Amino acid sequence: MDSISYAVDLAKVVYLFTFIMGLASILTWMEAKQSAVMQDRIGRNRADIFGVRALGLVHLIADAVKMLIKEDFIPAYAHRFLHRIAPSIAFFFALMAFSAIPFGGTYRFGGYEVTLQVFSFDAALLFVFAMMSLGIYGFVLGGWASANNYSLLGGLRASSQMISYEITLGATVIGALMIYGTLDLQQMIVAQGELFWGWIPQWGVFLQPVGCLLFMTAALVETKRVPFDIPEGESEIIGYFLEYSGMRFGLFFLTDFVETVLAACMTTILFFGGWQVPYLGATGFAFPGGSVWELSTVTVMILQLAAFAVKVFLLCFFFLLVRWTLPRFRWDQLMRLGWTLLLPLSIANILVTGLVLLWLQG
Amino acid sequence: MAIKVEERSLTLFEKLYIGEVVRGLAVTFRHFAVNLTLHILHVFGLAKDRRAAETYQYPEERRPLAPRLRSLHRLTRRPDGSPRCVACMMCETVCPARCIYIVAGEHPNPQIEKYPVRFDIDLGLCVFCGYCVEACPEDAIRMDTHILEFAAYSREEMVLDLKNLLSRSPIPPLHPEVAPVYQLVRLESPKQEGNSRTP
Repeated sequence: MDSISYAVDLAKVVYLFTFIMGLASILTWMEAKQSAVMQDRIGRNRADIFGVRALGLVHLIADAVKMLIKEDFIPAYAHRFLHRIAPSIAFFFALMAFSAIPFGGTYRFGGYEVTLQVFSFDAALLFVFAMMSLGIYGFVLGGWASANNYSLLGGLRASSQMISYEITLGATVIGALMIYGTLDLQQMIVAQGELFWGWIPQWGVFLQPVGCLLFMTAALVETKRVPFDIPEGESEIIGYFLEYSGMRFGLFFLTDFVETVLAACMTTILFFGGWQVPYLGATGFAFPGGSVWELSTVTVMILQLAAFAVKVFLLCFFFLLVRWTLPRFRWDQLMRLGWTLLLPLSIANILVTGLVLLWLQG
Repeated sequence: MAIKVEERSLTLFEKLYIGEVVRGLAVTFRHFAVNLTLHILHVFGLAKDRRAAETYQYPEERRPLAPRLRSLHRLTRRPDGSPRCVACMMCETVCPARCIYIVAGEHPNPQIEKYPVRFDIDLGLCVFCGYCVEACPEDAIRMDTHILEFAAYSREEMVLDLKNLLSRSPIPPLHPEVAPVYQLVRLESPKQEGNSRTP
């Protein structure tokens, strides 16, 4: 490891962190504005700095300031240490999962080879799932340490919901695993760069349409947002962060958005070709007709970074669209959906994928 | 009588749920796309006749109010600027909230007899039923100002006095054609004052 490697690693971390936190913050604005436009409203637009309202973006700053200066209340009988640390646990593991997310390909600059993935190793998929599972502890601890029965029930709902759907989440990925034959997310994306019949990009969504649908549903459940927000139920059924205020509540709130970004990233990587731009190779575009457009490595890198960002953004948009369209599931409906529909379907998906693979191999 | 609601059983398409989800997403997405396009067009000054949102941006943009809407009271004036009110106590009597308080005084003009020395309306009590306007034989009180913002910091400030109530009424011009009639009716038959409605 020399100084250039350190600088490259630092740049990757800074880029990824800016990307996640920027997108998560923008999502809070998008949630307000997108829902407003969908419902023929205008949305919050009153906060201003010297008269500049910037389409309501100033509310991001107003919200942050409000959360930072609000009283940080801890209930009298709460477990003080766990109550304080629970939001950080949830947030930490949500962020940790991103370290194995490949946000760009492998590029060769002179003698250096740069892989745009902070933590590049062959079991990245398992690492992401492990981090998502550990994140549950933050929510359960938050519910338990508040010494409030409603919070505890919210925490229990969070744990049962997330653990139930993690099985579906894992089972749907197995189909993709069998096709790509690797747990390395970077290799999966590289495999999706190939083409069917020379013109359709070989994205996971075409190989595993059912798997993609199931994965997106399960990932939405993991984010604990509206059609599946039974653990939170902000206004009616009271969730695990009932006894949180100020920035500790803000951290739980932000974790939801970071998890939305994570769900969008994982869906992009597994089913929408990650950073792949159709027909774009390491040296430039090679269109199906046979025409070629040579591009420099830097241009290719920027295009692929942008492709990943745009795909993640569009999926976030789609998740918000779902969040503002569907009403909340009831608890028994959620469990029935998970255990009697999604899980059998995902197992059937594995079987069908296996049979098709066997048939293709002859 | 209780109305019996026939419960419709769901079709297979609806039971599958996924199709209905797609339909719902299509509805919300169509709204999003249309409204966003209109918002963007409005920035360039186009398609101003179509609203992109139902929202009225309140302090700057007000909802159009119905002409008959009962809003903040005012007392109308005579051409000389004095209140038309003759302190007959009709409004005070009819008021279901008992928010009107009138003290009558003797008017120097014998044709008018009485005038209000005090005329207070307590907005903290008023229920905006408009009975006072209906009851007034002199068209002296009206609720047509379309003023809807009259919040105050104390109960005392909620009480409107005669000066305040008159301040929202213009002094009607002494119309050359109507004014003599006004005088005539007043002089000839004081009992038919209700008919002598000048503009």
